[in-house]
Amino acid sequence: MNYNWDWNIFFKSTGIGNEIYLDWYITGLGWTLALALAAWLVALLLGGLLGVMRTLPNKWLSGIATCYVELFRNVPLLVQLFIWYFVVPDYLPESVQIWFKQDLNPAVSAYISVVVCLGLFTAARVCEQVRTGIQALPKGQSNAAQAVGFTVAQSYRYVLLPQAFRVVIPPLTSEFLNVFKNSSVASLIGLMEILAQAKQTAEFSANIFEAFTLATLIYFTLNMSIMKVMSIVEKRVRIPGLMVEGGK
Amino acid sequence: MSALLEFSAVSHAYGARRVIDSMSFSLQDGEIGCLLGGSGCGKTTVLRCIAGFETLGEGEIRLSGRVLADAAMAVPAHQREIGMVFQDYALFPHLTVEDNIGFGLSALARSERKSRVAAMLALVGLVSYAKNYPHELSGGQQQRVALARALATRPRLLLLDEPFSNLDVDLRERLSREVRDILKHEGVSAILVTHDQHEAFAVADKVGVMQGGALLQWATPYQLYHEPVSRYVANFIGQGVLVPGKVSGPRCLTLEVGEFCGLLPLGFAGGDTVDVLLRPDDVVHDDASEQTAVVVDKVFRGADFHYTLALPSGQHVLAQVGSHHNHAIGESIGIRLELDHLIAFKRE
Repeated sequence: MNYNWDWNIFFKSTGIGNEIYLDWYITGLGWTLALALAAWLVALLLGGLLGVMRTLPNKWLSGIATCYVELFRNVPLLVQLFIWYFVVPDYLPESVQIWFKQDLNPAVSAYISVVVCLGLFTAARVCEQVRTGIQALPKGQSNAAQAVGFTVAQSYRYVLLPQAFRVVIPPLTSEFLNVFKNSSVASLIGLMEILAQAKQTAEFSANIFEAFTLATLIYFTLNMSIMKVMSIVEKRVRIPGLMVEGGK
Repeated sequence: MSALLEFSAVSHAYGARRVIDSMSFSLQDGEIGCLLGGSGCGKTTVLRCIAGFETLGEGEIRLSGRVLADAAMAVPAHQREIGMVFQDYALFPHLTVEDNIGFGLSALARSERKSRVAAMLALVGLVSYAKNYPHELSGGQQQRVALARALATRPRLLLLDEPFSNLDVDLRERLSREVRDILKHEGVSAILVTHDQHEAFAVADKVGVMQGGALLQWATPYQLYHEPVSRYVANFIGQGVLVPGKVSGPRCLTLEVGEFCGLLPLGFAGGDTVDVLLRPDDVVHDDASEQTAVVVDKVFRGADFHYTLALPSGQHVLAQVGSHHNHAIGESIGIRLELDHLIAFKRE
């Protein structure tokens, strides 16, 4: 193979203004972080709520949560993204449509679509983790809380959730990593996150291997650091005797 | 004294399986009651109905006259002012001992809460463990934390579900007396559920024997032992044998070893053939007695022997005899029956 490796490519000018290729990656990293963090916030809040709903005795509430999970888990992420980006806006009220399609910066409207899509998709997965976390606790825990005068809501708030969230930190961490990896679908609707920047770099410079190697390294470093941080968090909040050692 | 808890004609089913069958009893203020029965007899379900974790199919539960639950309504568990100690203690593992105990006291002012927790810790003898987490305590200590947590909110009734079953035998006996003292000291009424009659007798003022979802007898431990109302209760509580006898009067009957009269009417017509309950402590060893029996088997229990004796007819009876009377198997010894409580059942 006749390929000219050139690791200095990232410090060369892109030909647009006085940008170098590395600047693109930094912008891309910014978008990836902004996407993943916002989507994770949505997923954690909504998924936590749905997870609690699935454990309630009320058939309607748990039924709604179950339907949600089945729907969002069984449709491919990319299909969901296209629906949120191309289909849903057409059904919004006229004024919102104009705002979304014309007034907003295209990058921002794409950003909103991806955050909604990724947030709702991941919420279904978080829901299942939270549900198993709650169900893994001994049944006596919520009875015990009620026997000392706590309402159902209070027993969730002070007894069940504090324990359940500790138990599910390892699986939640892997969902968090998935959010970062899945955020790369944004490149398909033109949002310039890391993957899109790598593709653009490859096209502009023809240094395709370097371009994707750097993107790979960025994802890898990002996820490894999150994993390290989360395993420290897990150790900090662990209740001795309650849980087995989390996976490494 | 008024009834604190009235459990009236309650039935409960899991699906098609009836676990409590039209069961009634009542508990007086300040009393400690105990439901005794084998596993699957429905005793824990009774407790869960009182606590508010199960709904009733039929019947009614009242606390101090107020209806807690009937077939149509149920006061939520958290509004019942009924404390509960669980079999596995269900301590909150993410909270310290003092936070566990103070858990139900969030409505109190900080200083009040603190003093109540301190009082509870002192009551159960765990003052120096206030900052520890549950997993750092032994089983007996965890048990006491669970008790303190349940008592801290000053419940009107305390429910204890097999509270000592996870402890070793020595600790079980000591702790059950300790728990009784604590409950009596605090003036709290309680219902305990257990399958261990020694535990029931040690702790409770009233004991109910349950079988297949029904309450067979609700009485003091003494009455249960000496005046069981049915064969099942007689067999379930304590040891003993049933020997054949013939009714010879309203309170009297004739056995192989003579005629005996009890304190209560027997409820059988003269001439009826019946089975008569002989407890080991009814059969007294007496060297002066002309009535003899042959030692067939013996169990040394420390302070006494349990002898299995054969009467001349071959009928076996049990005798509890002081440990100083060490007789060999095959030896013939003098016996005498002391039957104040004459209990007879229809011949089967």
